[in-house]
Amino acid sequence: MNHSTKIRVLVAKPGLDGHDRGAKVIARALRDAGMEVIYTGLRQTPEMIAAAALQEDVDAVGISILSGAHNTLCPRIVSLLRDQGMKDTLVVLGGIVPHEDIAKLKDQGVAEIFLPGASTQDIAKFIRENVRPRE
Amino acid sequence: MQETTEPSLVPSRSPEERLPKNHRERKSKFVTVSLEEINRLYSPTDIASVDFEADVAAPGLFPYTRGIHANGYRGKVWTMRQFAGFGTPEETNARFKYLVKEGQTGLSVAYDLPALMGYDADSPLSEGEVGKCGVAISSLADMEVLFDGIPLDQATVSQTINAPASVFLAMYLVVAEKQGADWRKISGTLQNDILKEYIAQKEWIYPIRSAMKLVIDTFEFCTNHVPRYNPISVSGYHIREAGATALQELAFTLRDGIEYVEWGLRAGLDVDQFVPRISFFFNAHNDFFEEVAKYRAARRIWARIMRDRFGAKDERTMKLRFHTQTAGVSLAVQQPLNNIVRVAIQALAGVLGGTQSLHTDAYDEALALPTDKAALIALRTQQIIAEETGVANTVDPLGGSYFVEALTNKLEEGALAYFDRIDAMGGMVDAVEKGFPQREIQESAYQYQKALESGEQTIVGVNKYEMEDEPQVVPILVIDESVRSRQLERLDQVRTKRDSGAVDRTLDALRKTAERNENTMPATIEAVRAYATLGEICSALRDVYGIYEEPAI
Repeated sequence: MNHSTKIRVLVAKPGLDGHDRGAKVIARALRDAGMEVIYTGLRQTPEMIAAAALQEDVDAVGISILSGAHNTLCPRIVSLLRDQGMKDTLVVLGGIVPHEDIAKLKDQGVAEIFLPGASTQDIAKFIRENVRPRE
Repeated sequence: MQETTEPSLVPSRSPEERLPKNHRERKSKFVTVSLEEINRLYSPTDIASVDFEADVAAPGLFPYTRGIHANGYRGKVWTMRQFAGFGTPEETNARFKYLVKEGQTGLSVAYDLPALMGYDADSPLSEGEVGKCGVAISSLADMEVLFDGIPLDQATVSQTINAPASVFLAMYLVVAEKQGADWRKISGTLQNDILKEYIAQKEWIYPIRSAMKLVIDTFEFCTNHVPRYNPISVSGYHIREAGATALQELAFTLRDGIEYVEWGLRAGLDVDQFVPRISFFFNAHNDFFEEVAKYRAARRIWARIMRDRFGAKDERTMKLRFHTQTAGVSLAVQQPLNNIVRVAIQALAGVLGGTQSLHTDAYDEALALPTDKAALIALRTQQIIAEETGVANTVDPLGGSYFVEALTNKLEEGALAYFDRIDAMGGMVDAVEKGFPQREIQESAYQYQKALESGEQTIVGVNKYEMEDEPQVVPILVIDESVRSRQLERLDQVRTKRDSGAVDRTLDALRKTAERNENTMPATIEAVRAYATLGEICSALRDVYGIYEEPAI
């Protein structure tokens, strides 16, 4: 059981891509911002990510994708989370995402998309302001 | 990270305090993009220790600090080799032909993620990734289309492929053979640098020591059968992109090179036979002089290591040849046309550093793979540098600069210190297993991010001169979702038409060869000839070697 009041974030890297610089930098930055961060490691399927989110009882899932596979992977992760009852879990995405895809991803339940150049402080602030408060 | 304790001649007043107020400097400390401190001025005293003949020498002479050719680019300019690949083999073949028509002088293939990981397009793991980051290749049939109309005994083709590199070498050789080309006349380059995968790029398949064995198999095979081919391009590019400093890029790349030489020697190869075909690949980042010094230091270090540590006699063994690519990580999504300027300056550093070949990034690559138009401007950038600026008229024009020579020395010293630490761990394979280079790079990446967010480092348009409503909107290349279905169709045809008995036999033979620890290249070539797919061949080797699990770092 987790009694911490700290915000818990799962940083997830789905797909075949191995570029994990961003995932690792954001994991450390969120830790430095006072959150508890679990990093999944590379090449996690949407099913593995959803299972880890449930098991770790996280408030937010941060997905890192640079490969162009976001339109396939993100909606699946969101729907798996919702299906297992994580209705309010905040989902954010960071990576290389064309502007054209952003509105559609938001419709599909990704709360925010952070592009290259986003500041880690802005990302931490967004998560803090948008997670459902822990009871 | 930095320990700079320079003794001051006037301890009571810093140089800064002696300046009139309106001459005070903009910052308390000036640093490179690697966060290395740079002095206000460099003078003869900064390079007093340099013995010009022994340390710098004329271009074409040991230790090749000024370049490996006596006449630099006056004979032949660098090879303009644009990395390209997307969608189907047909689409990429058309892009190759377009670039060649526009004056590109070498080819370089970008494969998609399933290919990089050794999966076929129809693997469930490939979903969403087919043809996205590069061209989709699952079997010899795809490679035949990719190189259709491109004579492999004339073109020099570089293939960016690592974990399954031996399979791609085999496919390349079989396509060449079908075109009627003589293997002994083929030149080109296989990236095949598996160490940097575990360190930085992380597209691995097998455990590290088995993967090293496959690399050595290609060295041995090429030395005997494809003597003009470079079976490896030891790559700092990805190490830098993952967050390394210029020094870490230099040190880890060259130490990787040393590791391959040691493994080759242990396999019974002769240093002067296989090392001349080891090539290198470096990044060209934003900090102009630091980059130029990095390339110069790389040549000097490699020459000395080959001569003194490995007893090389042939000067070709000592000459470090390298490809350069401008820094993808430096490209901004914001105001993307500014990237054209970044790329031009980075490319100039590669040229003034004496690169043998060059890729210039396209301005839209922080958004997607490049469009035809963006790829063309990238190529034109090189042509302008080569043919308009006059920088290729003389050799190593920055040689002798107090600053550049001092930086070259500093980078060399730093790299040698890293070599000592890695040697003490038992070599690079051991260091990677301990997570050492990975941790060093992660730390640098984080420090750089902090420097960006504090404003200590500037990216124009990103953390300074930002615009609310950007006027620069560029069209991007969209990879059609139909790429996957078209690839699956060809894969189905291959599986239907081929002799499945031959596929089973050749895959079984490959498994046995791997189990007996023999050279896997001949058996891999036989499997490719039988149209065994990439995924099937890699699975056969997975059966024997297992898969790599990354330790928590």
